[in-house]
Amino acid sequence: MSDQTQTAGGAQPPSSPLPGNWFDIQARSYAEWMFWVHLLILQPPGFVVGLLFVVRCATPEGKAVGTRLLKFSLVGPGVAILIGAALRFVSTQPYLSFILVRVGIWVILATSLNLINGITGQFSLGHMGFAAVGGYTAASITVLLGPRLGVDPANPGPADPLVFFAALVCGGVAASVAGVLVGLPTLRLRGDYLAIATLGFGEIVRVALLNIPALGGAAGFKGIPSFTTLSWATLWAVAAVLVVRNIRFSRHGRALLAVREDEVAAEAMGVDTVRYKVRAFTIGAFFAGVAGGLLGHYITILVPKEFGFLNSIEVVVMVVLGGMGSITGSVLAAAGLTYLSEALRAVGDVRMILYSLLLILLMLTRPQGLLGQIELGRDSVRRLRALLGKWRRGRAPAKEETPG
Amino acid sequence: MLSVRGLDVYYGGIHALRGLSLDVSEGEIVTLIGSNGAGKSTTLKTLSGLVRPSAGSITFRGAEIIAERPHRIVARGMSHVPEGRRVFANLTVAENLDLGAYQRRDRAGIREDLARTYHIFPRLEERRSQRAGTLSGGEQQMLAIGRALMSRPRLLLLDEPSLGLAPRVVSSIFTIIREINQAGTTVLLVEQNAHLALEIAHRGYVIETGEIVLTDTGPKLLGNAQVKRAYLGEAA
Ligand SMILES: Nc1ncnc2c1ncn2[C@@H]1O[C@H](COP(=O)(O)OP(=O)(O)O)[C@@H](O)[C@H]1O
Ligand SMILES: [Mg+2]
Repeated sequence: MSDQTQTAGGAQPPSSPLPGNWFDIQARSYAEWMFWVHLLILQPPGFVVGLLFVVRCATPEGKAVGTRLLKFSLVGPGVAILIGAALRFVSTQPYLSFILVRVGIWVILATSLNLINGITGQFSLGHMGFAAVGGYTAASITVLLGPRLGVDPANPGPADPLVFFAALVCGGVAASVAGVLVGLPTLRLRGDYLAIATLGFGEIVRVALLNIPALGGAAGFKGIPSFTTLSWATLWAVAAVLVVRNIRFSRHGRALLAVREDEVAAEAMGVDTVRYKVRAFTIGAFFAGVAGGLLGHYITILVPKEFGFLNSIEVVVMVVLGGMGSITGSVLAAAGLTYLSEALRAVGDVRMILYSLLLILLMLTRPQGLLGQIELGRDSVRRLRALLGKWRRGRAPAKEETPG
Repeated sequence: MLSVRGLDVYYGGIHALRGLSLDVSEGEIVTLIGSNGAGKSTTLKTLSGLVRPSAGSITFRGAEIIAERPHRIVARGMSHVPEGRRVFANLTVAENLDLGAYQRRDRAGIREDLARTYHIFPRLEERRSQRAGTLSGGEQQMLAIGRALMSRPRLLLLDEPSLGLAPRVVSSIFTIIREINQAGTTVLLVEQNAHLALEIAHRGYVIETGEIVLTDTGPKLLGNAQVKRAYLGEAA
């Protein structure tokens, strides 16, 4: 496993498809292990108890609990085996794995911006600024502090995952602090003014990084250990999605939506709008920072120009394309556009033109974004049923009306 | 219940309220009437903490609240229905009402008040999962009032609930305002439609360019020659 080479300077797929640190091996085997745990330990009692509830309970609540248990005992092992098989398969496919890591990173960026931009309605054009703060912080920790903590960039060691995790979290926290610093003075601004202020922040970060020789300047911060793997990217992407999703459907999420809809009315309802905006920026910036850390430790170099205004726009495009506020939409748009941009690598920056065309087309045909406010899983089944019902009802009277 | 003394509000160089004072007692409907730009909305916004005054005092239920932020004032039992309704257009009716109870944690109480709100406004219950932006003007006004009631306020501030509504809808909304008051909520009602407001109000204040120029009971103001001439469009 020590044959892992440093691919400095470019975004080539890493040479070794099966990275050798214990975190990845654990992550892969965890899914398989979960399958057995499910099948042998959780499933049988879940199945039996669930069935008993469904058959014997007189109350609808009891039946509902039983149905959930039944579903869980059937779906659980299926999901576990799917994840296990997927991770196992992908880890043998370097190119696919390379794409998926990038997808994971962009999913984190899009979901976290969605919290700020889509859910809270604060138009931020500086998201890559947060990613840069997080990326450079995390890289500084693994590169400058790492050797003292037992990290050897040439040889994977047992300390790597721990140091990496700590570095990512520190990067996220640093980005959060930047989020608060940008947030507090600019949150009085609305709409266009906030957009300009955040754009300014992103550019300040980029220009500052260009001019700090200790962090590599324009040539970039080189020699970052190649720690990011598919498991890491997946783990953080899932974490970002879950956190944002849980916020969205909580009391706090509703308050954030109120801020987006009408700040004055939200305030009149007793929502502390300043606090919620700062919270949205703090949490959004945290995940952007983590994404920056993952990116740096994937391509092993951080270049300021990768964190410019155009890249921030790319994240905005994902959020708008997916539907402002729809987390499912952000995930799908991030995955789709990342894949597209890899597929269009040959044509270079022409892809930005394609993006623009795509956006214009979308705004003309579906201004609320691909998914609008819709979330997969939560209400899609209910919506689908309602839609089917509507369709049927719509058809029935239509038949009656047609004269015979 | 509410006592306002010497309120001064500036918007930059504009002196919007000039030493305004007024009182509202528990259980009353008090109306503040005046023409466009007189400072009615500014008064309500200052009371609910949305606008900061430069001088004066506001005592609400025994506490000085003049320096407090809006969410603290809501917690004290004052709820503001802003001018132009301002419902959350992309959220459903039910979500709007939930947001009205945003500060509360007593689930049983919230459910009770939701039932009460739907009882007062059956139209809202029919449209509970519809987006608020798709409601008619009158329904949006009902939603704005219902949303404010969800915080179970002691004092309800209403800013021009008749604005832009058909006469029939206006009169049904005013009937409901009276019912809400009879059920125990004190009301401070701001109106340009002086006639309707004075008919349901116990007392009224007349505001002109940021100052109270006249105050009396509702019926007496209705009969007042000056008020008739200036606000009721009648020859005295
Ligand atoms: N946000 C604001 N900025 C500047 N001036 C304002 C603002 N809001 C209100 N004003 C001014 O303050 C005065 C009172 O306005 P307002 O309280 O809205 O009157 P009303 O509600 O009685 O029509 C008006 O002269 C208006 O132009
Ligand atoms: Mg007004």
